[in-house]
Amino acid sequence: MSGLPFHRRHDVRLALRYVVAVALVLVFVFPIYWLFTMSFKTPDEIFAFPPVWYPRAIQFNNYRVLFKDGDAATVGNSLILATVSTFFAMIFGTVAAYSLARFKTGGENLAVWIISQRMMPPVAIVFPVFLFYVWLGWVDTYVGLIILYTAFSLPYVIWMMRGYIEDIPLELEESALVDGCTRWAVLWKVVLPMARSGLFATAVFTFVFAWNDFLFALVLTRTEVTTYTVQVTHYFGGQSNFWAKIAAMSVLGTIPVFVAVATMQRYLVRGISMGAVKG
Amino acid sequence: MSDLKISGLHKHYGSFHAVKGIDLEVPSGEFTVLVGPSGCGKSTLLRTIAGLEEASAGRVEIGGKDVTWARPRDRDIAMVFQNYALYPYLSVYENIAFGLRARKVAAGAIDKRVKRAADMLGIAPLLQRLPRELSGGQRQRVAIGRAIVRDALLFLFDEPLSNLDAQLRDDMRVEIKRLHQELGRTMIYVTHDQIEAMTLADRIVLLRDGQVEQLGAPLDLFERPATRFVAGFLGSPKMNFLAATVTEGAVVLSDGTRLPLPPGRKVREGQAVILGIRPQHIAMAGAGALPGHVRVAVVIELVQPTGSRVHVNMPLGGTSIIAEFAAHDVTAPGERTTIDIDMNRAILIDPQSETVI
Repeated sequence: MSGLPFHRRHDVRLALRYVVAVALVLVFVFPIYWLFTMSFKTPDEIFAFPPVWYPRAIQFNNYRVLFKDGDAATVGNSLILATVSTFFAMIFGTVAAYSLARFKTGGENLAVWIISQRMMPPVAIVFPVFLFYVWLGWVDTYVGLIILYTAFSLPYVIWMMRGYIEDIPLELEESALVDGCTRWAVLWKVVLPMARSGLFATAVFTFVFAWNDFLFALVLTRTEVTTYTVQVTHYFGGQSNFWAKIAAMSVLGTIPVFVAVATMQRYLVRGISMGAVKG
Repeated sequence: MSDLKISGLHKHYGSFHAVKGIDLEVPSGEFTVLVGPSGCGKSTLLRTIAGLEEASAGRVEIGGKDVTWARPRDRDIAMVFQNYALYPYLSVYENIAFGLRARKVAAGAIDKRVKRAADMLGIAPLLQRLPRELSGGQRQRVAIGRAIVRDALLFLFDEPLSNLDAQLRDDMRVEIKRLHQELGRTMIYVTHDQIEAMTLADRIVLLRDGQVEQLGAPLDLFERPATRFVAGFLGSPKMNFLAATVTEGAVVLSDGTRLPLPPGRKVREGQAVILGIRPQHIAMAGAGALPGHVRVAVVIELVQPTGSRVHVNMPLGGTSIIAEFAAHDVTAPGERTTIDIDMNRAILIDPQSETVI
């Protein structure tokens, strides 16, 4: 390329960059495309060879079955569990993070100790938790899973929010204290608005964690609060797999996360980069 | 009546002793400036008055009420911070109204007070803007607006002008002085800038190492400093200090220059002293020496014009002294000339205790 004039070299480089970008997008987007189209295909189309790249007609039969059998309710369960646990984790986590950031609660090491909880593999605690929950009568209840998800998300929320709160100039809070606010009012009127991007970014990740959880839901639910991730596995049979149901259920399970990320995108990017600058 | 009374105040940070037993009483309506070099404890003292720091020992009274352990919001104070402390997500109007809303003032009264404060500070056209749309000077006005709208008993300023450029700083200084005259409120102002201290204060509290070094009217401190530290801290350029010995009723510098003893000083023969002369008390020799002035021949070393005045360095008494002349008096470096030193206004300092004799 060294023989080419500068602007040609520049063009070639740009073109190469686009080729790589498009290839990457295809790699990431294709499975999602395939999932979506499969959910609208008839069984014949799903098993056709050579593959059918898009359904001949959009038909909602796969979804209709899910709603008729009540399987779609598991998405509702996931939604309740993820939303409520995110709500509580954000409240408790933010208050705890404020305490760590501003009052140095527990000294310098408590925060590290808290985040280390997050590094524990869930599978290491799921069976003790199961036995404990059997004793409490919490297996297959909303309360049981909400408390577990909240507890499991807290270290992450505390760690992230602590970073965001430490970035807020102390003078803003002091000024509010002098102006007549209590600590709680400072948290509500100054800290939360200042950390808004971080708050939303953290909430989205917390939500996605609970939403995607499979292990806890598999072990701790049976019939009442089955989540969609567990429900999908019911369609894998020993003899055959119900691909149409799997696809439709997976699409239903993707939509809430897609909506959450799309609406919060503005805050997500800012929130994540806030953390990045902090280091 | 005094609006603020501090007695025996101490503040420790771990092993660091930031404020070491300060007693201070500020009469109603007075503009008091806490000044000193960085690390002298002036900001800590202010923050302890505000309740943002807890006193380690001692007592703080505001308006006759013991507030040593009271929360900041219960102290009837308003404060202006160095970095403005404006809420970036609120408009100028809401920033100014913040404290009133926090105290649940009626909406009608809030509107009236915000607009009055904005008028006083000339920021009425900016009320709907966000802080990021304002210049540094405008932001500082908003920060001041937030404080004055509160109508508190005590106004605290923590180096409010140190983020502004020189020109703006001069303007805002005038503004703050004017506000004090209009409002007649008790104000406590922290700065490390001795010019701010001199121009704004009714009374200066000069702090050093967590203690009050000297306290009094600005001119008092300037004319009659109690210690070498005070003499050196106030005034620009700095006071000249020359090592000397008292010999036969004269002050003899280390290079043998004999200067008459300033009148009324109790010194003994042979006593080592430090002679302090302000640059403003040295003049180019005129037609005849004035009474109390002494004439000395010097060689000009360095000339620094500042506009209407000029700062001139010259060797004397084994060191380089600085004098301030009118600009048209300037001579070139290397030139021989004679100067008149006003010995009536010179000070003598005991080198051991560093106190003024």
